Amino acid sequence: MSTAAPILRVEDLDVDISTHSGDLAAVRGVNFEVREGETMALLGESGCGKSLTASAIADVLDPVAHVTSGRLMLDGVDMRALTPAHRRGLSGSAVGIVFQDALTALNPVYTVGRQLGEPFRIHRRMSARAAREEAIGLLERVGIPDAARRVDDYPHEFSGGMRQRLLIAIAIALSPRLLIADEPTTALDVTVQAQIMDLLRTLRGDSEMAVVLITHDLAVVSEESDQVTVMYAGVVVEQGQTQDVLSSPRHPYTRGLLDSLPERAQRGEALPSIPGNPPDLRSIPAGCVYQDRCPLATEVCRTSRPRLSSENGVSGQRAVACHFPLEGRDE
Amino acid sequence: MLTFLARRALMSVIPLAGVFIGVFVLARLSGDPSALYLPVTASEETRAEFSARQGFDEPVLAQLGTYLAGVFRGDLGTSLRTGEDALDMVLRAFPVTLALASVAMVLAVALAVLIGSYAALRPNSLMDRLSSLISLAAASLPDFWVALMGIWVFAITLGWLPTSGTAGVIAWVLPVATLLLRPLGVLVQFVRGAMVTAMSEPYIKLARSKGATERRVVMSHALRNAAAPALTVAGDLAVGLINGAVVIETIFGFPGVGKLMIDSIIGREFAVLQAAVLVTSVAIFALNIVIDAAYAMLDPRVRTAGKAVSA
Repeated sequence: MSTAAPILRVEDLDVDISTHSGDLAAVRGVNFEVREGETMALLGESGCGKSLTASAIADVLDPVAHVTSGRLMLDGVDMRALTPAHRRGLSGSAVGIVFQDALTALNPVYTVGRQLGEPFRIHRRMSARAAREEAIGLLERVGIPDAARRVDDYPHEFSGGMRQRLLIAIAIALSPRLLIADEPTTALDVTVQAQIMDLLRTLRGDSEMAVVLITHDLAVVSEESDQVTVMYAGVVVEQGQTQDVLSSPRHPYTRGLLDSLPERAQRGEALPSIPGNPPDLRSIPAGCVYQDRCPLATEVCRTSRPRLSSENGVSGQRAVACHFPLEGRDE
Repeated sequence: MLTFLARRALMSVIPLAGVFIGVFVLARLSGDPSALYLPVTASEETRAEFSARQGFDEPVLAQLGTYLAGVFRGDLGTSLRTGEDALDMVLRAFPVTLALASVAMVLAVALAVLIGSYAALRPNSLMDRLSSLISLAAASLPDFWVALMGIWVFAITLGWLPTSGTAGVIAWVLPVATLLLRPLGVLVQFVRGAMVTAMSEPYIKLARSKGATERRVVMSHALRNAAAPALTVAGDLAVGLINGAVVIETIFGFPGVGKLMIDSIIGREFAVLQAAVLVTSVAIFALNIVIDAAYAMLDPRVRTAGKAVSA
């Protein structure tokens, strides 16, 4: 465990979504930090706010979503306090993001060379020719064969896995301090998923960059991350070293996720799942966000929202937001 | 690219022939020219002689054959009234229409890109709603009514602009303004829609994540994607302008090909009408081919599809 200052520290992040019927509290009070060379996984179901958190850090929120409070500290500087021009200066150079849907994230009307070269044009003021050379180098780095020829091809001439490599290439073009990977393998088939995760691991190994990995896949969390932050209905419910959290979950939700893994089911039985659905963001209950699905919920869970608190005796890295945290799992 | 153009040209021949034969036959249904060109008192023999000299006594199919043979020799016939070469008359009028339509179209496209993009970047703002309302009106108002109102207000009441003619730039203001209203209205709506769609595409987020300025995001990423579909619509509208030009030229006394067509229908000048239709059709088909080629240049996905077909 490195004791160096974190590259990224997210402090009390709130994100709202504007709708016709008022603002929705989509992300509330998210805290985490990522150090050099570390990977933090943000784990949760669709709609839990993990992608919004990622977009907020990378400053690519949709127009309907806004950060309403909190700080986004990159190397000790609050990115939210910067001027727009200053902030743009970080995007693509100090902060890179790999998007989820490689099929639509690339601009269909430009060659990949031009799109890979764009960060060099924007941040290093390179000529088109020099940027194209950099693009060829990037294509080689992310394992695209015949790079010198393919640099002038268009995105639609690449397969899904190759396009995801192109997105990764753009994100790492200027060797960012922080790489955000927003479900980078969701749209791909299983064998390609493994290749993409291998590529990300290799690239991360080359550098000291901090990685925030957004995923709903427990296997990815377990294999790729050092720390994990579990989110539910816009709030962090549990946090800690990946190994600790997965081997002995403290929050009933994390436990429910782990119990839902098909590997844990007995052959011939229905796959276990968490009954019910996540709460509607328009009507988040007072008290614990997980109360409606939690087998342990009591009166206090209905009235008082548990705070995310570090556990006594354990290092500050381990935290859970539950009135009745589970004891260590007996395996 | 060349095979693409050649294929398109070849594919245009059949509809072109259809249009032309239709006009040729229909024109002859409009009445006997001898009734118009000879005095009412002319004898039966004189009429028969006139028709025989002009070839109007032959079956329509035979007339068509004779005419087409002439076309391949470059002879499109002569005007009954003046004896002037029909092709010369059309080629004199055509540049006027071309200039009128081009100026109107270039202005319409330029204004539509500005207004449509501005509205798209501020959806539901006051300017957006205002531009929607005005462009809807512009696209819906009948051109002959707008032309007459324009003449009444700006030429007669205010006396700022001439009522008709081509004398000086000022005479072009009303015809161009009337002609561009419809394409402008349609294009503003279309550009707005295409830009709203483009701005919500994931590749816009990718551009932002690279640190691109708003200007770069809009101009180089969104507008470039909105351009290809907008171009197709603009092409359709440009063809429609030729129709609009018939009305506008007649109202404003513009000596273009539209007015020539109307005059030759009234005067049963079959040769002139046919020459005008022939030249206009060829021009419209050429325009369509140019639009397809430009689309392929703007959207690489279309180009690849062409490659796969020709390979």
